[in-house]
Amino acid sequence: MSVDLSQFHQVFFEESFEGLDVMESELLEMDPADVDDETVNNIFRAAHSIKGGAGTFGFMPISEFTHVVETLLDEIRGGKREMQAEYVDLFLQSVDCIRGMLTDMQGGNEPESARPAELRGQFERILGMEPAERSEVPEETAGDDAGGWLINVKPHPGLLMTGNEPFRMFREVRDLVGEEHFFAEADVSQVPEFTSLSPEECVLTWTLRVTKNVPLDDIKVIFEWVEDDCDLEYLPLGGDTDVASVSEEPEPELASAAPVIATPAKAAPADKAQKTQKKPSAEGSSIRVSIDKVDSLINMVGELVITQSMLGQLGQEFDLSRLAKLREGLSQLEQNTRELQESVMKIRMMPISFAFSRFPRLVRDLGNQLGKKVLLETIGEQTELDKTVMEKISDPLVHLVRNSMDHGLETTEKRIAAGKSEEGTITLNAYHQGGNIVIEIADDGAGLNEDKILQKAVEKGLVPESTHLTPEEIHQLIFLPGFSTADAVSDISGRGVGMDVVRRNIQALNGTIEVKSHRGVGSTFTIRLPLTLAILDGQLVKVCNETYIFPLVSIVESIQIQPSALNHVTGSQYVMQLRDEYIPIVRLDTIFGLREKDDHNEEMMLVVVEGDNEKIGIVVDDLLGQQQVVIKSLEQNYRKVSGISGATILGDGTVALIIDISSIGRNIVPVKRHQTRSERAA
Amino acid sequence: MEELKNENVVLSGDQAGEQQYLTFIMSGEEYGVDILAVQEIRGWEEPTLIPNSPGYIRGVINLRGTIVPIMDLRLRFGLREAGYTATTVVIILKFDGNNGERVMGIVVDAVSDVYTIADEDTRKPPELTEDDNSDFIKGLVNVNEKMVILLDVEELLRLNTDFVQESFTQSEQ
Repeated sequence: MSVDLSQFHQVFFEESFEGLDVMESELLEMDPADVDDETVNNIFRAAHSIKGGAGTFGFMPISEFTHVVETLLDEIRGGKREMQAEYVDLFLQSVDCIRGMLTDMQGGNEPESARPAELRGQFERILGMEPAERSEVPEETAGDDAGGWLINVKPHPGLLMTGNEPFRMFREVRDLVGEEHFFAEADVSQVPEFTSLSPEECVLTWTLRVTKNVPLDDIKVIFEWVEDDCDLEYLPLGGDTDVASVSEEPEPELASAAPVIATPAKAAPADKAQKTQKKPSAEGSSIRVSIDKVDSLINMVGELVITQSMLGQLGQEFDLSRLAKLREGLSQLEQNTRELQESVMKIRMMPISFAFSRFPRLVRDLGNQLGKKVLLETIGEQTELDKTVMEKISDPLVHLVRNSMDHGLETTEKRIAAGKSEEGTITLNAYHQGGNIVIEIADDGAGLNEDKILQKAVEKGLVPESTHLTPEEIHQLIFLPGFSTADAVSDISGRGVGMDVVRRNIQALNGTIEVKSHRGVGSTFTIRLPLTLAILDGQLVKVCNETYIFPLVSIVESIQIQPSALNHVTGSQYVMQLRDEYIPIVRLDTIFGLREKDDHNEEMMLVVVEGDNEKIGIVVDDLLGQQQVVIKSLEQNYRKVSGISGATILGDGTVALIIDISSIGRNIVPVKRHQTRSERAA
Repeated sequence: MEELKNENVVLSGDQAGEQQYLTFIMSGEEYGVDILAVQEIRGWEEPTLIPNSPGYIRGVINLRGTIVPIMDLRLRFGLREAGYTATTVVIILKFDGNNGERVMGIVVDAVSDVYTIADEDTRKPPELTEDDNSDFIKGLVNVNEKMVILLDVEELLRLNTDFVQESFTQSEQ
C-alpha cells in the first residue's frame, strides 16, 4: 500500500514553519538564568515534531539536523544540563538554518549543507562535553564502544493500523548510533501459517542491539510515538568485554534478518528524494480559518437561503397588499448580504501578531549589533487585518523599526547622559479606528533633529536654502526620495532609499503614514491602512456624464470654485490659490480627453486630494454620493490605464473607473489639447 | 477553457480536419471566427469609456461581475463607423493568453451563420504589405460561392505594443 506522501508535503512545511516560529518566540522570551520547564518543553515539542515529520517524508537532512538540536534540548529538559545564553544563540541560529533548509526543500531544491554541518559540529561539541555533574562517571563517557542498549520491541498487533512503521524507527536508531553500532534481529516465531496471515497485523518482534553509549532518552524519543502500541524493554548492555563478545557473534545470524530491514531503509530516502524533486513546488498559499468563523458563515448562508425562499414565494403570488412584506424581505436580504460580506472578509483577516512576531528577534539581533539595549513592547497583537495587506506591510514595518533603532534610539551612554533609562523602548501598537487599522511605531529616543534634517535637505537640494519651515514640515522631509541623515551608511540604514519607499508602499495599499516627533522625547510613526484591499470607500464624481470614483482616504476637501479662480502658468497648467498655498489643478475632463471644447464656464467642483505627499486639485463636474465599492481588475482583460487603478460595478450594473490619485499626481504634464474621441474615431 | 484546449488538440493533430466557424457581417463582407472561442452573443449596451484608449476600444462593460473591454471591429479594420442600433451585436470572445484567460467583446453589424469548414479548403490571404490589418486574417474560404474571411481570434484580441505606445503619446501630447 503506497500512499503518495507528497500530497502532505505542503502541510508539513506549513506546520514546520509554525513550529519554528514557536521555537523562535519561546527562545526569545526565555531568560537563560531562570528557565521555565514549560518553555523548554514547548521548544522541544516543536523541534520533535519537525524532526518526526521530516523523517516521515524522507527529508533526511532536516531530520538529521533537527535531531542534534533536539538532543541538546532534551538534555536541558531532563535537567542534565543548564540552559546557557550560548545555547540560546545556537538554537536561534539552528531555527534559521532549519527554516532555510525547509524553504529549499519546499522549492524542490537540495538544501545547502555547509551551514547545517557547521552548526551540527557546534552541537556535537557541546554534546560531546558531558554535563558537569555527570563527569564523575567516567566509564560511560570513555569511548564510543563502551556500554549500549538492548531494546526489545514487541509491537501490539494493531501497530501498523495506527500508521506507524517500525522500520522507520529502527532506521532512526541506526542513524543515531551509526551503522556499525546497530544490530537488529527479528523474531519470526509468531508468524502464523500463510493462510491465516493478516497483512494488517504486526506479528514480528524485534531485538535491537545498540553497541554505543547513547543516552537512553535519545532512543526513547524515537519510540515515543508508539509507546502505547508496543511493549518496549530497554536493557543496558554490559561493559567493554561483553559488547566485544556479543558484537562478534550475532553477525552471521543477522545476515538473514538485517537485509530485510536495511534494504527498504536505504532505498526509501532515495526514492523519496526523487519524488520531491520531480514535484514542482505547488505553492498555493493557504489560510487557517478557525471553525467559529466557518460556522458563522454557514449560519449566515442558511439565513440567506431562508430570505431568498421567502422572497421567492412572495414574488409568485405578489399583489400590492404585500408591498410592506416585500420591503421587509428586501431589507432583510440587505442585512444578510452585508453580514455575509463581513464574515467572508473576516476569513481573510489575521491577527497582526503574525507580522509583529518577527520583531522580537529583529530587535534582539539588531540591538546586539548596535550595542543598544532595547525593550520591545507590542500592544494590540490581536488586531486583525487582511492577509494581503499584512504581507505587504511587513517590510515597511521592518524598515521603520530598524530606523527607530538605528536613528531614533540613542546609545546607552547618551541615554544615561540625557537622564533616561538605560534601556530604550520601541512600542508597536495596533488598533482599529473607523474601518481602518492604525499601526504605531514609537520610540523614546532622541526624536527627529530638525536642524540636521533641514541642513541635509538643503545640501541635497531638496528644498531651497532660505526656506522657513515649521517643525512639522521639516518632519515631512524625511519622506522625500534620496533623503538620509545618517552620517555613515551602514547595513542597517542610511542609504536614503528608505522612507520614501516605505511611504510609497503604504500609499500603494491606500494607506497613509505620518510622523510626530519631539526633540529628546521620541518619535512616533503612525500608519493608517484600510482593513482590506478588496473594498474601497469611494466618492463618486461626475465628469461629462461619466462616473468616476475617488478613494475617500485621499480626499482632503471638496470646494466649489469659479473658473476665474484658476490661474494659468506655462501653457495649459493651472494653479489655484487655496488659502496660503498654491496647488496644481488637473482637469479630469481634459486629461481623460472627454470634452471636445473648453466650454466649461459654469461653477465647477474642485476635489483637493493628497497623493505622494503633494496636494493637487482635480476639477470635476459634480459630486455624487459616497459608497463602498468592490475593486475589480481592469488589467485582467484589458491592460493598465494611466490614471486609473481599477474598476467597479455600480448599483445599476454599469462600470465605473477608480481614479489612481498618485499616478495622476505624477503625470501633471502640461496637456495642451487632447485628441477627442470623435477625432480619433474619424 | 476546456473547449479551448480541445481546439488546440485538434489543431495540433495531423488530421486537423474540420472546424466550425461563426460568421458575422460587417460592411457587406462576411467574417468568421472559431466557434469555440465564442463565449456568448449579446446586444449592444453603452460601455463605460476608458480614458485615452484608442478609438476602436469603445470602453468596458460589466459581464456578470467581470470587466470586459469592447472593441468596435469596424473601427479596428478602418471601416466607416455605422452607429449603434438595437440590432447591433456584440460577440464575446475568449482565449487563453499568456496571463490566463482573456475575454473581450467585438461589435459587429450582424451575426450570420455557422459553417463547418475543412482546413484544406482554407486559402492563405494574399500578401498585403501595406495593410496592417492582414495580421489577424487567418485565411480565406469559399462557402456557397461567397468568400468568408476567417479571423485569428488571438491576433485580433492582442493589445500590441504599438497600441500601448500610441496611448502614451496621446496622453502626453
